[in-house]
Amino acid sequence: MRRKKDRPQKAASDKASLTRRDFLRGAGVTVSGGLLVGSKVAEAAPPPPKSEVVGPGAVPVTLRVNGKVHKLNLEPRVTLLDALRDHLDITGSKKVCDRATCGACTVMMDRKPVYSCTVLALEAEGHDITTIEGLAGDDKLTPVMAAFVNHDAQQCGFCTPGFVMACTAFLERNPNPTLEEIEKGLGGNLCRCGTYWGVRHAVLQAAKEMKGGTHGRV
Amino acid sequence: MAECKYDWPKAGERELIGKPIDRIDGPEKASGRARYTYDTNRPGILIAKLLTCPYAHAKIKSIDISLAQNFPGVKAVLVIQGVGSEIQWAGDEVVAVAAVSEDIAEDARRRIKIEYEQLPHLVREEDLDRAQADGRTKAAGEETVGDPDKAFQDPEAVISKGYYGIPVITHCCLEAHGNVAEWSDAKTLKTWSSTQNVSGLPGQIGAGLRLQKVNVDDSNIETVCQYIGGGFGSKFSPDRWGIVVAQLAKMAGKPVKLMLDRDTELEMAGARPSAFAKIRIAAKKDGTLTAWDSESWGTGGVGPSGHPPLPYILQPPNTHWKHTMVAANIGPSRAWRAPNHPQACLLTLGALDDLAAKLEMDAVAFLMKNVHLAPQHLGEVYSAELQKAAELAEWKKNWHPRGDKTPGYIKRGMGVSLHTWGGRGHTSTCNVIVRPDGSVTVRLGSQDLGTGTRTVIAISVAETFGLPVEAVQVEIGDSKYPPSGASGGSTTVGGVSGSTRRGAVDALDELFAAVAPSLGVQAGQLEARNGRIRVKGDSSKSLTWKQACSKLGVKTIQTTGKNPGPCHLNDSGVGGVQIAAVSVDTETGLVKVDKIVAVQDCGLVIDMKTAESQVYGALIMGICYSLLEEKVMDEKLGRMLNPNMEFYKLAGIGDIGELVVHMMTGPGYDERGVIGLGEPPVISPGAAISNAVANAIGVRVPTLPLTPDRVLAALDKGGLA
Repeated sequence: MRRKKDRPQKAASDKASLTRRDFLRGAGVTVSGGLLVGSKVAEAAPPPPKSEVVGPGAVPVTLRVNGKVHKLNLEPRVTLLDALRDHLDITGSKKVCDRATCGACTVMMDRKPVYSCTVLALEAEGHDITTIEGLAGDDKLTPVMAAFVNHDAQQCGFCTPGFVMACTAFLERNPNPTLEEIEKGLGGNLCRCGTYWGVRHAVLQAAKEMKGGTHGRV
Repeated sequence: MAECKYDWPKAGERELIGKPIDRIDGPEKASGRARYTYDTNRPGILIAKLLTCPYAHAKIKSIDISLAQNFPGVKAVLVIQGVGSEIQWAGDEVVAVAAVSEDIAEDARRRIKIEYEQLPHLVREEDLDRAQADGRTKAAGEETVGDPDKAFQDPEAVISKGYYGIPVITHCCLEAHGNVAEWSDAKTLKTWSSTQNVSGLPGQIGAGLRLQKVNVDDSNIETVCQYIGGGFGSKFSPDRWGIVVAQLAKMAGKPVKLMLDRDTELEMAGARPSAFAKIRIAAKKDGTLTAWDSESWGTGGVGPSGHPPLPYILQPPNTHWKHTMVAANIGPSRAWRAPNHPQACLLTLGALDDLAAKLEMDAVAFLMKNVHLAPQHLGEVYSAELQKAAELAEWKKNWHPRGDKTPGYIKRGMGVSLHTWGGRGHTSTCNVIVRPDGSVTVRLGSQDLGTGTRTVIAISVAETFGLPVEAVQVEIGDSKYPPSGASGGSTTVGGVSGSTRRGAVDALDELFAAVAPSLGVQAGQLEARNGRIRVKGDSSKSLTWKQACSKLGVKTIQTTGKNPGPCHLNDSGVGGVQIAAVSVDTETGLVKVDKIVAVQDCGLVIDMKTAESQVYGALIMGICYSLLEEKVMDEKLGRMLNPNMEFYKLAGIGDIGELVVHMMTGPGYDERGVIGLGEPPVISPGAAISNAVANAIGVRVPTLPLTPDRVLAALDKGGLA
């Protein structure tokens, strides 16, 4: 991701009591090539890439969501989650913990699952973003969704879109998972109603239907 | 019992009831299409944020909102608690800001200046002496039955003494509490609310607004809640922020959304009262319970809260209990799935298990010996359920006396518990509509918390009409529909199944009357089965449902069904037994649940799939509060230290072990009619898991959650390690 060099640079005007979160979504944002999500965090820090400062005022942002291009004008601190929910009215991804713990906001960037509460909209530029709305057509269900219905892997349903996204991405990488792999691979999504029993069965069923998975028992 | 026209169909005649049926809103939820309150976006909507008090006990000395008011993008600022107000818990709301975006509302919130005078607080209640010294205690009841002193002095009595506790936990609904409010004109308000109480909310919002001098009639308020992201007992009232959002919308002349921040949600929008107890119990040498004595205390915030019914379920002939309430500055308690029961269960079944261990008795055999001390019919239910649970858990093969004597640092153990709940169906009214084109709609102001309410309604009506589930259009979640009760206390499924069954039977009677002439029979000779209206005993004479409805001409049938009402459609009073198997790492103190078996009755099961889901979910929620959950309060700061989801821990998919659910159905259960299921299975996990840990490591870990530090501390005092 590269921003044009002629972007006006503005000094941060809001210095009052910065929190960790404000820092992350900071009034002035350094835009670099890496994502602040997933395994990237754990990797050794690469040499600082060429960067520039944008904001704090709104800047043009182009997001490609579910194959459709959206041109927005957003403050750099706006997260991908807020851009989707508040600016594009794409509300399947849910805001729950808002700090990368619960997984309810899970979307895919270039088919990799990310917590959209912890990705800035700016960082999502140039990537293919898939939300739950983009997995199936209107009134249709993917094999993962159908398996969630069949195994009643949902109660209130608020964690469900995030879980479906995580399961979908997980199965794309692990088409024939064992129970242990499911428990590790889906450990980043939390449910309060307690639907994990159904989720385990749903993942196994979906695996069978999608890729001919053979691990059929929980 | 004589037949009654609304009775549920008999066992052999049920097409749908009791079968595992997919929840009808499952596809909407699984595809992300379901819209929750949090997802409500209205044209021009503003986002509101609350500024809350950082102190547990304080008086407001001054408030300056001018910078926030003048901040670009801010449309309304409302002082909720003014100068001089006394704040009783950290997280209490003081000022609300509505702005064009969430970020701007947060920016403006930071510019509000409030000075507080801090006052002395108490936020930790486990030390009763300290609470007493602070003048924070109040007697909450005491009762003596029989002669416990004499019973404890009996030289033959085997006596066990112990200390047990269960801390305050918070509801942590994934959808935070909140509402969207929109005035379509000066007098007409619509709210989208995350609520367990759709029909009741407009009246509460109206009363709250009138207290704030906003003139509105309840009849001009409509509340909508199609989907709710968790409630668990914490979302019956609009709360003060539910009034505030409507005030802000009025001030700004725009729709406003106000959802609580996650930290506020955990600090003040959900708390289950704590309970701690010193308990003494006595039994004869054969295990028959003779006496109980408990001194218990707990907190539900600064105000009064309920207290655990002690002793729980099994009532020895001689009992004494005394309970003390501690006023703590921790945020008010809310009903939490099965109010007071998980606490009572942990305290009682923990103490009973310790007594059984002292008697060197098998814990299941010990409960079997004493189930006659349970009220009413429950003794028999528990006998059957204990037997079934023991069989499914392979208790006889796997159970060992207290303390796993096998070598190695991983110790395994099993524990058993039992519970009870009422669960009678609430008051519910519905409209059942049958149109000449054959379409069927049922409408009521109920709500589906994820328990399967919509699906149960569809099954009740579809079963009555002999139609498939998808033939019934269910419309709920709107206060303009006929009023139905709040969803709490396991009352909804009994209530809505009753009202919709009665409404559907009456509608069918009207349809039979319209159809009978064309089939040349009396209306009473007709029945609705397999999508047809047919003559009983003569399958050659029938019409499809659609053909039959066309006989209505231009008339649409609309009936009103009510619960309660004639015929025995629902009941109250269930049992339930759970057995947990755990592994404890005695080097790290880590507890792992290997397996839980749950055996549960709830009368007539309407949908086996969603019923089982309730139990699976309750077991997982039970694992959460047994091993992980605690609202950790800092004594000095007076604040919750873990108001977020990193440190307020919930179990993940890898933490649940194997779960086995068995529903007791058939003769003896089905004819009781429908009984609610949401609460009972969440009661026992605490005691079953705690007992399993004691069985594994040879010593009681006195208080939940069974975290490594607590397990290691218990092992230090005695046990196997």
